[in-house]
Amino acid sequence: MSELEFDDVSVRYGTRRHGLTAVTGVHLVVPDGEIVGLVGESGSGKSTLARAAVGLAPVTSGRILLDGRPVPLRGRRRPVQMVFQDPYSSLDPRMTVGASIAETVPRHDPATGTMLDRQAEVIRLLELVELDPDLARSFPAQLSGGQRQRVALARALAARPEVVIADEITSALDVSVQGTVLNLLRTLLRDLGISMLFISHNLAVVRYVATSIAVMYLGRIVEHGPAEAVLGDPQHPYSRDLLAAVPESGHLPAPPDDPTVRAVTDAEPADPHHPPAGCGYHPRCPIGPFVRPDRERCRTEAPSTDHRQHAACHYAASAEPALIIGDPTQRRSSS
Amino acid sequence: MVAPVTPARRPSSATRWLAVLRTPVGACAGLALFAVLVLAVIAPMRWSVRANRTDVAAMLQGPSALHWAGTDNLGRDIFDRVLVATRLSVELALLATVIAVVTGLLLGTAGVILGRRAARFVSAVVNIVVAFPGLLLALFFAVIFGVGARGAVLAIGFAGAPAFARLAQTLVAGIEQRDFVAAARIAGVGRVRILLRHVLPNIAESLIVNAAIGAGGALLAFASLSFLGLGVQPPSYDWGRLLGDGLTGIYEQPIAALAPGIAVILAGLAFNLFGESLAKGIGLTATLGRVPLGRVRRRPVSAEPGEPAADAAVLDVADLVVTLPGHGAPIRPVRGVGFRIGRGEAVGLVGESGSGKSLTALAVTRLIEEPARVDAARLRFLGADLLTGTAGTHRRLLGTSLAMVFQDPTTSLNPTRRIGGQLAEVARQHGGLSRSAALALAIDRLRAVRVPAAARRAHQYPHEFSGGMRQRAMIGMGLMGRPTLIVADEPTTALDVTVQRQVLELLESVRRDDAVALLLISHDVAVVRQVCDRVLVMYAGRIVEDLPTAELATAARHPYTRALVAAVPDMHTDLDHPLATIPGRAPDPTRFPAGCAFAPRCPLATDRCRTAEPPLETDRQGRRVACWHADVPVGPSVTTAAGGGHE
Repeated sequence: MSELEFDDVSVRYGTRRHGLTAVTGVHLVVPDGEIVGLVGESGSGKSTLARAAVGLAPVTSGRILLDGRPVPLRGRRRPVQMVFQDPYSSLDPRMTVGASIAETVPRHDPATGTMLDRQAEVIRLLELVELDPDLARSFPAQLSGGQRQRVALARALAARPEVVIADEITSALDVSVQGTVLNLLRTLLRDLGISMLFISHNLAVVRYVATSIAVMYLGRIVEHGPAEAVLGDPQHPYSRDLLAAVPESGHLPAPPDDPTVRAVTDAEPADPHHPPAGCGYHPRCPIGPFVRPDRERCRTEAPSTDHRQHAACHYAASAEPALIIGDPTQRRSSS
Repeated sequence: MVAPVTPARRPSSATRWLAVLRTPVGACAGLALFAVLVLAVIAPMRWSVRANRTDVAAMLQGPSALHWAGTDNLGRDIFDRVLVATRLSVELALLATVIAVVTGLLLGTAGVILGRRAARFVSAVVNIVVAFPGLLLALFFAVIFGVGARGAVLAIGFAGAPAFARLAQTLVAGIEQRDFVAAARIAGVGRVRILLRHVLPNIAESLIVNAAIGAGGALLAFASLSFLGLGVQPPSYDWGRLLGDGLTGIYEQPIAALAPGIAVILAGLAFNLFGESLAKGIGLTATLGRVPLGRVRRRPVSAEPGEPAADAAVLDVADLVVTLPGHGAPIRPVRGVGFRIGRGEAVGLVGESGSGKSLTALAVTRLIEEPARVDAARLRFLGADLLTGTAGTHRRLLGTSLAMVFQDPTTSLNPTRRIGGQLAEVARQHGGLSRSAALALAIDRLRAVRVPAAARRAHQYPHEFSGGMRQRAMIGMGLMGRPTLIVADEPTTALDVTVQRQVLELLESVRRDDAVALLLISHDVAVVRQVCDRVLVMYAGRIVEDLPTAELATAARHPYTRALVAAVPDMHTDLDHPLATIPGRAPDPTRFPAGCAFAPRCPLATDRCRTAEPPLETDRQGRRVACWHADVPVGPSVTTAAGGGHE
């Protein structure tokens, strides 16, 4: 069992007066053996949430739990590992691929205590990510982007993680290579039973790998549910906008005729330094106060998540318990 | 089966260090430094007896055949003394440098070990100390540590430390940001280990270079201290001491002071020049700018027969070649690209990284500068030949009729000027408008690209705009003239999907309203599909297929195009099957394979493909494809490459 749980996690940078709350009160569960997709635009806090889970971002309030216990952020044993976006920056250019991987292999484990054991482990890991074991002697500069990303994956797996966090791991890769990495990821996680938080801005990619999807906007999770439910019947207007923006085959859809709706959909993404009051999405919302004058409450009142797929929208459909999985409140009451 | 290890693309650090010695300045400096070091070792062994022999009969003599630099007040040969003093001078200078580097490194890397709060304190201290002049610090420390060689070494060493500490801090900060350090932290690697294994090896090169330069400085500083009487004390002597002794009789016998002075200058120069050429050599090899362009053979430019220059075309390119200087041979990342864009036509240029698509865009807009070179059989924009004449003659035409949109709107706008002013500048330069009229037009254009509250936002700076708004402002800048062509190089790659759609919609509406042609360069087939009428697919510096966008999914003929389209997951991809992949990797522009460049990755490849390059042939509908086996159905092997382990 390995379940990663974000319990009311907030991350705040800077001082009290000139600060930035990157993540606000996030509840999210990555269930055992599942891949949870996390989507959202840049500045939505998705990478900050990921970095908080591995101790690279300060958790201001709330807890991050692994199987009910706080994630260990000190010492050699690190059950939560991360794969970074840019494979050109995430491997030390002066270390061989083998040395980079071997560094993460646990030293205190009797099975990998000696140098020879660790070398064997490196070869096993390279084969696991479908690379030639001879590559262990080469330097990152000699590898292609896709190969580097596999090495980065092998390094994360070397720590024998229970949860892996993948932060935009294919966005720096060419499309012809992206497929190989995603295919590998799916088979590996299935075979090894590792849970994963998969962050991407590409909904088509997330759809392909994730079993459930969380949508993040301005530091909050605005919708969360099984992949087919979120993609098939999105409840939050932001989720709907994200889906509509996915480049589909054929020409662009015609922009809306109504000038008010058009002005709203053209609005700028919110500035995380000055988040809007009430619902964070209201200045851009096509069903919000700028389009429907009777919906003034969106400007002042933050929406609850008591809706279908936990949609944080005053006007989302009401919750149907049968559809909910991974609900932290439910989980706690059952345990 | 996995691709074999390819040889390093960048030369290893050993060859880079050696390459430094091959430059003329590097070789001279290396030789001089070597001479100084050899002299420092052998001079005291050979000449110290002669240098210390007093000869009362020959006191304070001028230069002669016996005493080249004359003698001092005890009749000792000054030239011999200068030679012998080399060891002490160099030794002390190196010792002081070692102290400076080690102390600086300890201070500069303290942050890695001690954590954030202590790091802030250390860097504050370093910031204060670095503000004092080095020699002042050296004098201050010399007084503290006392007069004499040991005191002077410590003084100069500690005086040089702040500069190295600052350098190390800056370098460490750069490395610490890299993800591999974060990855090591996550893996539970300790701080000391991170410092030793990840940080130090990556900053060593710059430190060594600066230490070499620093040694020259220390040599000079030591001469100064000894000259002032704070350094080496008699009976020991170094160059500074000799300089001081010689100075008393400078009017009667200038050579006695000049000889050690020249020695200081020569040795200092040797250290400094060597350090500088190291820095230059190491910096230079990072970019590929070293092979002189004279070696590049000029490609014979032949006009293609049978193709009259179409005046209807906005852009007409034939046999475009871009050459870059490379390590051994020149690199040719774009090899004979030809296409035509009609009025109001939207053409997409798709390819993976290294396919030469961006260079093609830069080449046709004449934005490529030395040392790269552009050749073409034809390069016509609105009927004007861009190949003849200088950049100046085309500036006006390109400035008003061509709009360029780049990937990163952050770097393409001047951060120190207001958006409105930057847009207005275009109209004032090319349209001769007055300041207020130009600003009014700028606001009107910003409104046209749907920047909300355009009048107010025109007075804002680029950093006050979000990424999508900046990209709109860039497009608005292009619309300040009357563009007939917009070249957009990955305009939405840096943007979020919702913003991407907005920018694409904007490009689409600009094109529709003003019949502006569009050349959209992208790695993303899905983006090109949404906006363009026609797609050019590039692979390894060539166009391999040219077809209507509507046929991309159904009637693509080149196996690469088909594989590329299949590899992009969309919202209807079958979740039960592995994603389609293309085995192997895209060829490196330095080593394109013979024959068809796609052959090593192609399921249809035959011996013919591996030896003969297929020409780009035009069919009856005007579609073009460069493949010996176009239209041959591709087996299931490419669409669902099992396991996907080939790369």
